[in-house]
Amino acid sequence: MSITRDDALNWVKAIASVLGENSAYLTQLDAAIGDADHGVNMDRGFKAVMNKVPEISDKDIGTMFKTIGMTLISTVGGAGGPLYGTFFLQAGLKTAGKMELNLVDWTDALDAALSGVVMRGKAELGDKTMVDALTPAVAALKQSIPEGQPINKALELSAEAAKKGMEGTIPLVARKGRASYLGERSAGHQDPGATSSYLILQAAADTWKDIAS
Amino acid sequence: MKKLINKPEDVVREELEGIAYAHSDLVKVHYNPNFIVRADAPIKDKVGVISGGGSGHEPMHGGFVGMGMLDAACPGAVFTSPTPDQMLEATKAVNGGAGVLHIVKNYTGDIMNFEMAADLARAEGLEVEAVVTDDDVAVKDSLYTAGRRGVGVTVLAEKLCGAAAEQKRSLKEVADVCRKAKGLGRSMGMALTSCTVPHVGKPTFDLPEDQMEIGIGIHGEPGRTRMSIKPADEVVEMLMEPILNDIPYKKGDEVLLFVNGMGGTPLLELYIMYRKAYEIAEKFGVKVVRNLIGPYITSLEMAGASITVLKMDDEMLKLWDAPVKTPGLRWGV
Repeated sequence: MSITRDDALNWVKAIASVLGENSAYLTQLDAAIGDADHGVNMDRGFKAVMNKVPEISDKDIGTMFKTIGMTLISTVGGAGGPLYGTFFLQAGLKTAGKMELNLVDWTDALDAALSGVVMRGKAELGDKTMVDALTPAVAALKQSIPEGQPINKALELSAEAAKKGMEGTIPLVARKGRASYLGERSAGHQDPGATSSYLILQAAADTWKDIAS
Repeated sequence: MKKLINKPEDVVREELEGIAYAHSDLVKVHYNPNFIVRADAPIKDKVGVISGGGSGHEPMHGGFVGMGMLDAACPGAVFTSPTPDQMLEATKAVNGGAGVLHIVKNYTGDIMNFEMAADLARAEGLEVEAVVTDDDVAVKDSLYTAGRRGVGVTVLAEKLCGAAAEQKRSLKEVADVCRKAKGLGRSMGMALTSCTVPHVGKPTFDLPEDQMEIGIGIHGEPGRTRMSIKPADEVVEMLMEPILNDIPYKKGDEVLLFVNGMGGTPLLELYIMYRKAYEIAEKFGVKVVRNLIGPYITSLEMAGASITVLKMDDEMLKLWDAPVKTPGLRWGV
């Protein structure tokens, strides 16, 4: 079994739903150290993505991801728009033409997505950003491949790693984004971008929990 | 939340519709993607000057579109950077063949969205330069922050660059004016109250009745310190001291002194602040030769003010005095 086009589409729908449910929570995290718009912005972006579902549902996974990236870039704004837009664009370039993904494909796609985010945002591990959730998640996937983990197990491990990374942002002092203006006062708060990244990867693990091999 | 709005999700659209009705002699409003553009754009052989940012800072930027200032402005959602498609379309709409300058305030989102827009515009063969304003001395500028925020100097730079573009100077020359203003201007702000983003519905931060925040950002980002409220004169000293000590001003330097209201502070109080800021400047030995007083870069209904000092030279004075005709600034016409 592998991740099919329909599975990929279900993941996208799950992201829209989970970000909708967590919109107020993400905005509240952002209000503490940023500018109180992350949840609202992501929700607006994925609502726009949902409107695109009819035109992407019969496309290959790469086209699907690229369309999502372009939609996020033009609807989210803030820092989240370019960052998550780049995330999906890069994942889309890596999966161009593919109708299904195995664990190696998914790992490559997420790795490219992370590289895109790092390039666009110029953030490093430990800067208290979404990179802190994505980096350990990609590392966990890479480790799962030689271990011969089934896809669902690998996804679970990567979501767990993202969660740990997200929680690990709490004591950090922000070095990027608006939270960095707070300096030491940013410590003690969980980063909203790392939180949305975790939610997106957890949605993958939940949606694809029955894809075993 | 008490606000004169209809629905939070409609505020930007309805504001734009109001601007379109009010200022049809000066600007056109384009929807999806949203931008406000000079009614007579593009102007042949003139550098286009555009800016953009989250809504909620009115009159910046849309109120500064018109002759002698901006050619277009891209409004984002409230306190949220606009998106690259807005900037790209605005860039194309004002391109008269001499290139387009993007004036960008230093915020992570604004930088990334404008960078993407500039990449896309260049890919379509347009000549684009971007200058980032970062004048807020409240923020420590180091490798460990996103750098100083762009605040009051942005408005002044938009006026100066607009005048330079009107003289049909080259893109590099107009961008040089912006870089010069950025190098010679510094700002700092403070708040007495928080503000409420419409779609959030509650104040961005809690500021007790007897407290004020020194070094506040224009989106309610916390500043340097929080302390009990002091008389206006002491507040002005707390803002002027870091500004005047950040640039090596010399005795005899001529400056523009800009006292800006954050949205909820009356002109009465801004003039009280201007009075003290003027006295401090004169005592310091710099000469105030131009001024701007009023709510020009606001933060919704926040009560508070910011002060900007911009060192001027003969060229900048000429550009400042040049005619301008926009909804928010108008003289010489």
